[in-house]
Amino acid sequence: MRATLPWFSRNAIALSAVALSVGVLAACSSSGSSSSSSSSASTNNSASKTPITIGASLSLTGDFSADGTAFQKGYELWAKDVNAAGGILGRQVKLTILNDASSPNQVVTNYQTLINSDHVDLTFGPYSSLLTGPASAVASRNGYAFIEGAGGAPSVFQTPQNEADHNVFDVSLPVADQLMPLVNYIASLPASQRPKTAAYPMTDDPFADPPEQLAIQKLTALGVKNVYEKIYPEEPSQLTSAAGAVAAKNPDMVILGSTDVPTMQSFMKAFETAHYTPKWFLGESGPDQGQAFISAVGANNADGTMVPNGWYPGYNNPASQKMVSEYVAQYGGSAADINADVAEAYSVGQVMDQAIVATGGLDNAKIISYLHSGVTLTTVQGQVKFDSLGENSAAAAFIFQWQGNGTKFVQVLPAGDKASVAIIQKSPWGSS
Amino acid sequence: MAREISLAVVDGILIGGVYALMAVGLTLIFGVLDIINIAQGVLVILGAYLSYSLFTAAHIDVFVGLLVTVPAMFIVGVAIHWAFIRRLRGTERTSMTLLVTYAVALIIEGVLYKIYGANYDQINASYTNSTVHIFGIYIEYIYIYGFILAIALVVGLYALLYRTRFGRSVRATMQDETAARLVGIDVNRVAALTFGIGVAVTAVGGMVYGATNGGFNPNSGYDLISRLLAIIILGGMGSIGGALVASVFMITLESVVTVWYPVWAVAVFYGALVLVLVIRPTGFFGRKAVRAQ
Repeated sequence: MRATLPWFSRNAIALSAVALSVGVLAACSSSGSSSSSSSSASTNNSASKTPITIGASLSLTGDFSADGTAFQKGYELWAKDVNAAGGILGRQVKLTILNDASSPNQVVTNYQTLINSDHVDLTFGPYSSLLTGPASAVASRNGYAFIEGAGGAPSVFQTPQNEADHNVFDVSLPVADQLMPLVNYIASLPASQRPKTAAYPMTDDPFADPPEQLAIQKLTALGVKNVYEKIYPEEPSQLTSAAGAVAAKNPDMVILGSTDVPTMQSFMKAFETAHYTPKWFLGESGPDQGQAFISAVGANNADGTMVPNGWYPGYNNPASQKMVSEYVAQYGGSAADINADVAEAYSVGQVMDQAIVATGGLDNAKIISYLHSGVTLTTVQGQVKFDSLGENSAAAAFIFQWQGNGTKFVQVLPAGDKASVAIIQKSPWGSS
Repeated sequence: MAREISLAVVDGILIGGVYALMAVGLTLIFGVLDIINIAQGVLVILGAYLSYSLFTAAHIDVFVGLLVTVPAMFIVGVAIHWAFIRRLRGTERTSMTLLVTYAVALIIEGVLYKIYGANYDQINASYTNSTVHIFGIYIEYIYIYGFILAIALVVGLYALLYRTRFGRSVRATMQDETAARLVGIDVNRVAALTFGIGVAVTAVGGMVYGATNGGFNPNSGYDLISRLLAIIILGGMGSIGGALVASVFMITLESVVTVWYPVWAVAVFYGALVLVLVIRPTGFFGRKAVRAQ
């Protein structure tokens, strides 16, 4: 009879084989992974040729679809340029863009998918402050740096997650200050040349309200009488009534807290109907959308309309001009047609590129530290330097205006800037 | 302040007319087929885009273009009924049609995004910005034309329902589908044609919406559908005249509230709906009243 081994002895070989297999598998997974959801895991894969995966959720449909698709073009143009130049650290960039349909709920789901299911290496932000806030919380929970270009409202940086983790970085102009060039200009005028009265209709949006409320405070102190100040939901049936109420006050100046082209269009149409033309007319968003704005309101009607922004197609910056040429070559049209969102998105990519190169890898924790180190980066929108909140303290605020019967989009403020031309008054409404 | 309120009332009445054009088709479809057509908002936008395309590409006046868009939308409506609606049977039919029509809305929206993109468009006919000055208020001609069209449409549909053989078939189907079958009415044909008519009249609403609203894109339909549903409920589901009255009432109310408290205007809009339903559950001209005629 053959002697039998004790249980332990019989199974020792099997147990050893299992232990060895597990050990081999663990070793393979820790060295082969190119993505990680842990901020502390090292992901230095400069030697690997697998693509760098970057995930973003954009509003390709829904209320923000015009801006979302412009952002998509900006991200894709950047990725194309980077890949054509050999990638980052020798690795090509692969974008994964999901559609959030302009929904704050869907954007959260999308980033959870991108991070926890798709295991992207890095993330880019969505469009609008309304979506960036909830999206950044997902990135924060998973230790991801969240570089974005369209979430500048104070509420984005005041989320509990960002206050704890400081992972949000907005490459664009902080919104609260974007009307200050106009305020400063009016302050520089003799009292007799300042607008006597002003109306401040605002959409109920975290982007639109803060800058206007700051401007109201300062302009009222300068003696500009506030004849209308209301916040309203962006319901199509209400815009006409709201605009009619503004027109009835006949203010010298209207600062419209708009977030999109249709709001601008509704107000401008209602003003035209009422035969009312403000001498000064500024929309916080909409007039910066290039051809999308001109097509909607007509070139003649656009003439004299102002908008704050951190970039415009004529910006005298070599990188910006190169991007503009490439955009026109790829998508057609002219430079004036380019939506400012394209530059914002492109800048997000550029900042990420520089952060990856500087840190030598894809470690989100290192990228966050680097971006908070006070370093100054360069983008098509100009210099970028993040403060402790993640806002771009190097961004300069400009005011732009459509001139030349709506054919030219020019910088008008700050008045002392060498690129600024003289402000014109709003032209009377013409046929579109 | 008096001037602002006057302006708000006038705006409300005229914009209410535009909403009536959009709601009439929805209430007709519900009245006959017991279907809540969630795709109604997107169908309005489809109508707007058809008018827009004829105007910009072929330079056809938007009112003349209705001679093309209305029949085209009729065909679309019949096709939707044939492809998706007619197969739905049983006790779950109403809930299933909600899902099916929502799916139809998504399909149409996707196609529109593919063709027209996400940028906002507007129908800019020469008279869309022309105004008439009445008692110190400027009123756009396009709104006046739209309101006249709304009344004409309501009158036309009433004539169809009460002066034609087809209309008798439709009313019989509304009252009792089984009895209608028993007397020889082809209920399926009536249903298909009614759905087609409901979508066809939406072409008119779409044209006026496209010409009066501050820009539209494929997504714009979602802003409309919740209001249109509220309007037809308030007016009485299935009541064509009720849709007109309810549109004017609710939009005017919202417009007046906007003068003082814009943020509350939407709440007042839906609050009025709840209040009226508490007092009169069938709406202004509820189904019982309609079917009693």
